[in-house]
Amino acid sequence: MGAWIMAGVTFREAARRKILWTAFLAGLAFLSLFATGMHFQAKDFSARTASPFIRYQAFSAMLQVGFYAVDLLAVIMTILTSVDAISGEIASGTIQAIATKPVSRWRILIGKWVGFAGMVAAYVAIMFAGVAGVGYFIAGALPPHALRAGMLVYLECLLVLTVTFLCGTKFSTLTNGVIVLGLHGLAFIGGWIEQIGSLTSSPRLVTVGVVSSLLMPSESIWRRASYELQPAITRSLQFGPFATSSAPSPAMIVYASLYLLVALSIAIYHFNHRDL
Amino acid sequence: MRKVFGEKVAVRNLSLAVRRGQIFGFLGPNGAGKSTSVKMLLGLVKPSSGESLVLGLPSGDVEVRRRIGFLPEDFRFYTWLTASELLKLHGRLCGMTAARLRDRIPALLELVGLTTHREKRLRDFSKGMLQRIGLAQALIHEPDLVFLDEPTSGLDPMGRRLVRDIIRAQRDRGATVFLNSHLLSEVEITCDHVAFIKEGEVVAARDLRSQPDGEIRVTARARNLSPGALSGLAQWTTSSHLDGERLTLTTTNTSALPEILRHLVTSGADVFEFTPERLSLEDLFLKIMGEDRGL
Repeated sequence: MGAWIMAGVTFREAARRKILWTAFLAGLAFLSLFATGMHFQAKDFSARTASPFIRYQAFSAMLQVGFYAVDLLAVIMTILTSVDAISGEIASGTIQAIATKPVSRWRILIGKWVGFAGMVAAYVAIMFAGVAGVGYFIAGALPPHALRAGMLVYLECLLVLTVTFLCGTKFSTLTNGVIVLGLHGLAFIGGWIEQIGSLTSSPRLVTVGVVSSLLMPSESIWRRASYELQPAITRSLQFGPFATSSAPSPAMIVYASLYLLVALSIAIYHFNHRDL
Repeated sequence: MRKVFGEKVAVRNLSLAVRRGQIFGFLGPNGAGKSTSVKMLLGLVKPSSGESLVLGLPSGDVEVRRRIGFLPEDFRFYTWLTASELLKLHGRLCGMTAARLRDRIPALLELVGLTTHREKRLRDFSKGMLQRIGLAQALIHEPDLVFLDEPTSGLDPMGRRLVRDIIRAQRDRGATVFLNSHLLSEVEITCDHVAFIKEGEVVAARDLRSQPDGEIRVTARARNLSPGALSGLAQWTTSSHLDGERLTLTTTNTSALPEILRHLVTSGADVFEFTPERLSLEDLFLKIMGEDRGL
């Protein structure tokens, strides 16, 4: 019961953050731009009767870009809204009035986590549906496995949220932000190195990439999502941050889920044992 | 209990017993370890060594928390909540039912004088109003023990009177109040018992309800006071100081007062003024804490 009360109040608190609405506005601006681009591309294609293959390729490439932008916005929004969720309330003393109520600390932490998870779910669902809707209604193109990819992007956000919570139980808000953004950056660069290594058949580069994915599996979940979004025929042709030449295996998803659970357990342990 | 933060010893050797049903004042200068001590009793801060029992159970236990209320120093909360919503949230966290809260919230708002502000958001609250709503959340579930950390700071005289009355009402319904404060005049008129903490250690305790065993200070104005008359005072006084016509002396015995006056007069002094006063809590505090050696 205590956890649900905390989840409710945290969801309302999170939904009031200016940064969330800034992210929504940025998302809307992006969606309008994306819809305009799609619209003109569709018009050009119908004017000069492009081959269905080229049409298909162009639209799925644009959709990839669109989903990638959503992924990036969602991850950044998750970090920025939740970065002071724990450390900020400890610093301001707000947590003292809560932690002296008859609700165990792990319930407080889980409740807050669920509140943020709900807010992030709404953001990812709206933005993902926005991009898919633009693709479907303007260009008549719907990527395969859009729902599965959406779930993966959500998993990526939850992973980032959990790491932010974990660091928030240990460090100040600023340190926490630097660490989590740094880890995500590391995963991002690692993902690139792995892809280049895979293209140039350089096993050492691949190993470096894999190790960075193990340290922070967020970016590799996106690459799995991106893989799910690509039509089979383009999987072998594309390369770039929006596409994937070496897709992480489903084992990586299992690893990421376990990583999340372990990080959440450590966060609970720290929160239970620290002074408030 | 003992609490060390890194190199700094916040609480050195805290040993304390508070009886049920009393208003207990915990006094000490800034940085003496008052807040840390209270946080240890609440389970917010883990002691580096030692332990404490609150209402007979280890402090911080969820069962204990069901029966205690806490007003943190400088109470702050989500600013978008209204006064009513804040109390509802805290009541629900205490496990209260919606039906009970429907009666309890208006009564509490009335008690702390915020009825007309019940739908106002916390962001529009003054420091004094935050303090009042903070006190209300601490009392929402009618706890057996209430910890109040500087409850009257930021309050105007009316607010202070109100808080004082509320604290007494808690004792009257059988609850225990643990009060952290450095507003000594407040403590003096509210508390039954006080303990003084200095550099993380309890250095003295006083029962303020029984006959105070403190010192009596006499301020006298006298002329023609001979050195012999002055030195002769030592048999009754613990200290004496002459500054021009002004004579200040202290004694521990009320019955010595007529003797002292008679001694002064018979030794040839002209006495214009002779005013005994009991040492206030502030005097006692300064005496126990010693001179301020600066920060």
